[in-house]
Amino acid sequence: MLLKRIIPCLDTAGGRVVKGTHFEQLRDQGDPVALARGYSEDGADELTFLDIDATPQGRATLVELVEQTAHEVFIPLTVGGGIREVDEIRTLLRAGADKVSIQTAAVRRPELITEGARAFGSQCMVVAIDAKRASGKDRWMVFTHGGRTPAGLDAVGWAREAEHRGAGEILLTSIDADGTRAGYDLELTRAVVDAVQIPVIASGGAGHPKDLAAVLTQGRADAALAASIFHSGAFPIPQVKAYLASQGIPVRI
Amino acid sequence: MIALIDYGAGNLRSVENALAQLNARATIAATPEDLARARAIIFPGVGAAGPAMASLRDRGLDQAVIAAIRTGIPFLGICLGMQLLFESSAEDGAACLAVLPGTVERLTTREKLPHVGWNTLEHVRPHPVLQGMEGQAFYFVHTYVVVPRHPTVTAGETTHGVPFVSAVARQGLVGVQFHPERSGTAGLRLLENFLRFANVEAAA
Repeated sequence: MLLKRIIPCLDTAGGRVVKGTHFEQLRDQGDPVALARGYSEDGADELTFLDIDATPQGRATLVELVEQTAHEVFIPLTVGGGIREVDEIRTLLRAGADKVSIQTAAVRRPELITEGARAFGSQCMVVAIDAKRASGKDRWMVFTHGGRTPAGLDAVGWAREAEHRGAGEILLTSIDADGTRAGYDLELTRAVVDAVQIPVIASGGAGHPKDLAAVLTQGRADAALAASIFHSGAFPIPQVKAYLASQGIPVRI
Repeated sequence: MIALIDYGAGNLRSVENALAQLNARATIAATPEDLARARAIIFPGVGAAGPAMASLRDRGLDQAVIAAIRTGIPFLGICLGMQLLFESSAEDGAACLAVLPGTVERLTTREKLPHVGWNTLEHVRPHPVLQGMEGQAFYFVHTYVVVPRHPTVTAGETTHGVPFVSAVARQGLVGVQFHPERSGTAGLRLLENFLRFANVEAAA
């Protein structure tokens, strides 16, 4: 049986891991390669690097970081942050990434999803969607630029289009929940999972193993991505997985 | 010498890194001559069957792979590298190497495709490379599966809604649908098994 995936996310900037709340207030969290190695040894099923430092200098640092990580970590690695061109995707895959996550550029120019999928396969193309609930409605709108710019797209509709254009997975982040540690947005997750056939990785809001359990069962997500719950040391991966297993959720122990 | 077949399609880097972690050095084999010198061969694969076969033919590697396998050399096919060993693939309608009898078909399942993520290897048939792998989880990324004509080739199964063949073995030849180079400790152990198997065979 296909197991539910637990994915630590490392937000990187200038070669370090940082994490903010509500996409702001960045705090330094450590050396990415060391963290990645530790998570892999702890039983992480995959790792995601999201580079929030979209400068050319930052990009070179990111490629180096991916290379170093790929030498030491033997689980799938997804890399995202400011990717705009097929050539950038190629560079990151060659450096050792297994998948790339594209967000703002996919909204601006959805053809990029198709171009990437044609060149490298759909399995490489993760489309990241940051979504925020429209006030008082069961509807979510897409935002770009770290949650600051409304894209004028409905999140569920955009997820469908991304799939249609060749995305292999959706990385879905709730802007409302991100950084709150109050749980994932289960309704948003469920709405997107029900709308597409490709795997959905839920992100934003994990504060307790119960939150991951909820998004993998009620939310029906294929994978749960989290950052601070792991970086803070509050709930190490083995403890989270043991809890999920105790709840009857199939995970790799 | 372990040769890693480079046909311009697969990402060799991750397999190379995993072998380096096990203190084994692989040489990249891009010509029939490179393959002829090898003591063991790893045939990695990411991508689609049609372009991969075209690329193998362009480099003359198709006949070289067939010839190498005929000698009984330790050989590990990974993902597409296993699928291409069969007669043909429903993906791109590609004619393949026909080293093993059977075909490659799109998995018929109610579950999501591609089959992406960690899944367990079961019903493992004894083979030195697959030793200790029963019940272990590995990382899969694929839509197509091998359908061997003779069940004797089947060396392991995995279930994604329906059971499918996720490992094959015939003497020195082993193929796996999953990516050991991306499957953490269990994957490294499988590669280590293969290296040990290759050394034993080379010494014999």
